[in-house]
Amino acid sequence: MLRGGVRVLDKVSIDLHPGEMLGILGANGAGKSTLLSTLAGELSIDPALHTRCPVMVNGQDLVKMRVAELARVRAVLPQKPGLAFDLGVDEVVSMGLYPFPELSRQQCSTLLDKAIAQADIALLWGRRYPELSGGEQQRVQFARTLAQLLAAVQVNGQACYLLLDEPSSSLDPAHQHGLLRAARQAADKAGAGVLIVLHDVNLAALYCDRLALMAGGGILECDKPSAALRPELLLQVYGAPAHVQAHPVHAGVPLVVFL
Amino acid sequence: MQVLRHPLRRGWRAFLGAQVTRPLVVLAGVTATLILALAASAMSGAVDIPWKILPAIVWGPSDDVPSMLRRVLLDIRLPRVLFSAVVGAALAVTGVAMQALFRNPLAEPGLVGITSGGALGAVTAIVLTAGSFVLIAIAAFIGSLLATFLAYLLGRRHPGMAGLLLAGIAVNAIAGSGIGLLTYAADDRQLRDLTFWSLGSLAGSTWQLVAFLGPWTLALLTWLCLQWKALNALLLGEREAAHLGYALKPLRRQLMVVIALVVGPLVAVTGGIGFVGLVVPHLVRMALGAHHRYCLLVSAVGGALLLVLADWLARVAVIPAELPIGLVTSLIGGPFFLWLLLRVRSTAA
Repeated sequence: MLRGGVRVLDKVSIDLHPGEMLGILGANGAGKSTLLSTLAGELSIDPALHTRCPVMVNGQDLVKMRVAELARVRAVLPQKPGLAFDLGVDEVVSMGLYPFPELSRQQCSTLLDKAIAQADIALLWGRRYPELSGGEQQRVQFARTLAQLLAAVQVNGQACYLLLDEPSSSLDPAHQHGLLRAARQAADKAGAGVLIVLHDVNLAALYCDRLALMAGGGILECDKPSAALRPELLLQVYGAPAHVQAHPVHAGVPLVVFL
Repeated sequence: MQVLRHPLRRGWRAFLGAQVTRPLVVLAGVTATLILALAASAMSGAVDIPWKILPAIVWGPSDDVPSMLRRVLLDIRLPRVLFSAVVGAALAVTGVAMQALFRNPLAEPGLVGITSGGALGAVTAIVLTAGSFVLIAIAAFIGSLLATFLAYLLGRRHPGMAGLLLAGIAVNAIAGSGIGLLTYAADDRQLRDLTFWSLGSLAGSTWQLVAFLGPWTLALLTWLCLQWKALNALLLGEREAAHLGYALKPLRRQLMVVIALVVGPLVAVTGGIGFVGLVVPHLVRMALGAHHRYCLLVSAVGGALLLVLADWLARVAVIPAELPIGLVTSLIGGPFFLWLLLRVRSTAA
């Protein structure tokens, strides 16, 4: 379980449960990425603050965990990963397995096959990373994090986490849905806790179990999509008037139209 | 899905087994060329040693071989050739490691000032102390370490090529003026040493040197080659490397210290030998990609090959005199670097 509270982020308290997909919504600069970085263990947390509101991973203090340990329970996909060097797609995806040197060659290739299928990059296999388009690169990086997560689940057996920072920002609609389906699958089948920062409210409503709406470094609301997506709250979060109606296709899912 | 990078033609693979990939073939080819170059370089120079008396030199009693030839081969050529191979491998591998650490394909010990930092340290020791080798090596190590640190700091503050090159300009200028000042304090003999030394030379290679710096350098290079996973992860980015379980600060510290430990003492002996760490990794990456599992090894052998050839050229170009080897590598590397800069610009546009 992850629990947070840092002053850059004001009095944030959030739980991420295994098997759950939690969407983070908010305007630019609301602190979404900071929250994700904190949960990923990237930012150094003020010790005084930390004792008051610690970040815990599976009951362990995040600050006290070694980086290598942490890499074995959670995978992170940061915003806009850049890679200028000439690596093959296979080489980039295989890096997801670096934290698990104990895996045999056979196990590795099985895990890679799964990650490739779920991230839908079979057609990119064998290409060089720098020659791919932005969206394709994003899918390859997603496959890498997915490989890390799948390996973590296989090795630990216990709860593992997937943190995604705007993973679909440069994907076409079909691949946006594909990526979220894969994330959903990681929560349902692998039992991982998935935290995903998204800009597309409707995409988030469709796939996430819960949505956290952030503004000014705080969480205003964290609830089921149907309960969290209220017009007055959306106005507060995005500063834009919104109309919420029932989704024409999926029952029980709200559809937000910004006016 | 079979993960085979550059599969060879079917016939080859059937013959040699499925594991034979392009990196292995390239490695084998470069290694074979290196062995040939080592042999050829050892046999020729101001005094050519005929191939047919080689068995007599190695095995036979020395009666039927002029003892001069024997001494030239065993006491002068062989240590020098081996030492140049070690230096070349070291420069190329540290180049690869720095390029990953700085995430910049143009980082190179010479360009960012590590070599001149080491040189300043070494010159300080030569002029101000009695000039024992250990002292010079330690001073060179400290100089290189400081320069590495400075380059890293500036490189982070100004991302892209600018920071690194600015750091290089600054350190090179400081080291240059420092060395200039020290030459005023030097006596005639020291001055002569300094001039030749600053142009780079392998002429001082002896078996003692090979025995001392060879294992030292090779051990550190082996350590660097074993870090291929961490270096790959660094290519993705510093945050991403941390996400994959590589604690950034210790890793960065270890890499910088090891690079300085390799480059410092070598600079203390050979002086400035530029561009090997730039040219070789680039060619290797063009042929095989940046995957460090192969890139480090092939660069090591390729660097050795380049410097052995450069040293050979330095010795035979103006017989009976000898060119400083730093001059030869800069002659090759300078234009290569220019070409690289032009290429980077055209792909960015």
